[in-house]
Amino acid sequence: MRDVYLDNAATSWPKPPGVLEAITDFFQHAGGNTGRSGHRRSIASSRAVSLARERLADLLGAETPDDLVFTKNATEALNLAILGLAARGTRAVTTSLEHNSVMRPLRELERQGRCSIDIVRADGNTGEIDLDEWAARLDGPDACLAIATHASNVTGVLLPIRELAAIAAERNCAFVVDASQSAGHIPLDVTALGASAVAMPGHKGLLGPSGTGLLHLSPGIDIEPLIRGGTGSQSELEVQPDFAPDKYESGTLNAIGIVGLGAAAEYLAEVGVASVQARLTELSRRFVEGVSDIPGVTIYGPADPGDSVGIVSLNLEAIPCATVARLIDDEWGVMTRAGLHCSPAAHRSLGTAPDGTLRFSWGFDTSNEDIDIAVEALRTVADRSRNATPAGSVA
Amino acid sequence: MIWGGVVSFFASEHAMRSERLMQRAGIPARLVPGPREVSPNCGVAVAFRWEDEPEVEQLLKDAKIRFEAVHHFDLDDGLTAEEAAS
Repeated sequence: MRDVYLDNAATSWPKPPGVLEAITDFFQHAGGNTGRSGHRRSIASSRAVSLARERLADLLGAETPDDLVFTKNATEALNLAILGLAARGTRAVTTSLEHNSVMRPLRELERQGRCSIDIVRADGNTGEIDLDEWAARLDGPDACLAIATHASNVTGVLLPIRELAAIAAERNCAFVVDASQSAGHIPLDVTALGASAVAMPGHKGLLGPSGTGLLHLSPGIDIEPLIRGGTGSQSELEVQPDFAPDKYESGTLNAIGIVGLGAAAEYLAEVGVASVQARLTELSRRFVEGVSDIPGVTIYGPADPGDSVGIVSLNLEAIPCATVARLIDDEWGVMTRAGLHCSPAAHRSLGTAPDGTLRFSWGFDTSNEDIDIAVEALRTVADRSRNATPAGSVA
Repeated sequence: MIWGGVVSFFASEHAMRSERLMQRAGIPARLVPGPREVSPNCGVAVAFRWEDEPEVEQLLKDAKIRFEAVHHFDLDDGLTAEEAAS
């Protein structure tokens, strides 16, 4: 049976050409610890990580590679940004489409009495958010921290991130963007966006290995690190260095992952993120067209995936999404993700809690045939369910 | 080879980036284990020919790379022969 991997919103597979080669090359020709020693293998490792940082900075439009912090995933990047910037204020404003990697650190700050949380409702189907309400919630005499996802990880719908950023900037309000589903899937220029911080995984749309993530901190944003320790620099001092990137990167880096991520960034720069986006949109349209006439199907998200990050969420009537996921994997090799996708608030606002939805997500390597197999699988499962008595006994 | 100049840095990331920058600009440069006298902070430094000093300093400033200091320092690059042989 063929592998039809449609879970790229969880982590991308496969990785593009060059990633595995870069990792193998690193093991063979480098392999020392970065920034620690003066010998050839240490220097070769440092060179490789530095080059990866530069390629990512170029891809993302960062002013300097120093503004990019390597983390182990987007969750760590979001925690670093949220906990660091929350020190500036006692009010947090966010949207109803956030992932738990935003909500859990915020709820913990709330529990500790360190911040209050205002949630502005965003429509999980259309991406619509009341900008006047966003502005009104950000207004106030005390400092605040705003956080918004760029694209919902449940429906893939885009929020008007530039407008949200501009409103935050007008109010001198720190603004964190969760670009987990957009980075590598739609063109992103962190300098033009003007947010205080942009967090993203390295292993989703950026096509790097797992264990990689990035935080872009805008020039002038200086926050507390999450952890402190050895950096290879200022070893004579027992206090943390105050300069980036060392301030935020204590302990041995995931050099192997970072080098793979750098090779993936090189690939994305070559093919162009805009062309990846065009391809993902084409795949979304093909899939939505294919499944829309299946009796009992409900598709969540934008009616036309015009600016798609490559996600479509749906449900079949009378069959739990977890059952559908199991059936299409078992019989057709179609791998998806069913459930709440770590975003309970988004599912509540879609009316799909507590069972969730079945999420399909494409990547650069997804073929038209993959889409057609998934459509056929869904259609067959739905047909069987309708023909079975009583309804739902297909499980 | 004896290099006449050494740039020292706070962070090794900046040393790596500077070496790339100089080499791309056609200036001979090489990462070296920083001699204790000039590079106590990050362990590595970038050696260059002293006649390129004005250009090196300008490059670093234009690229906004944070460096500790530029030293006029005779550094015998023992690694060259070793690397050439390996």
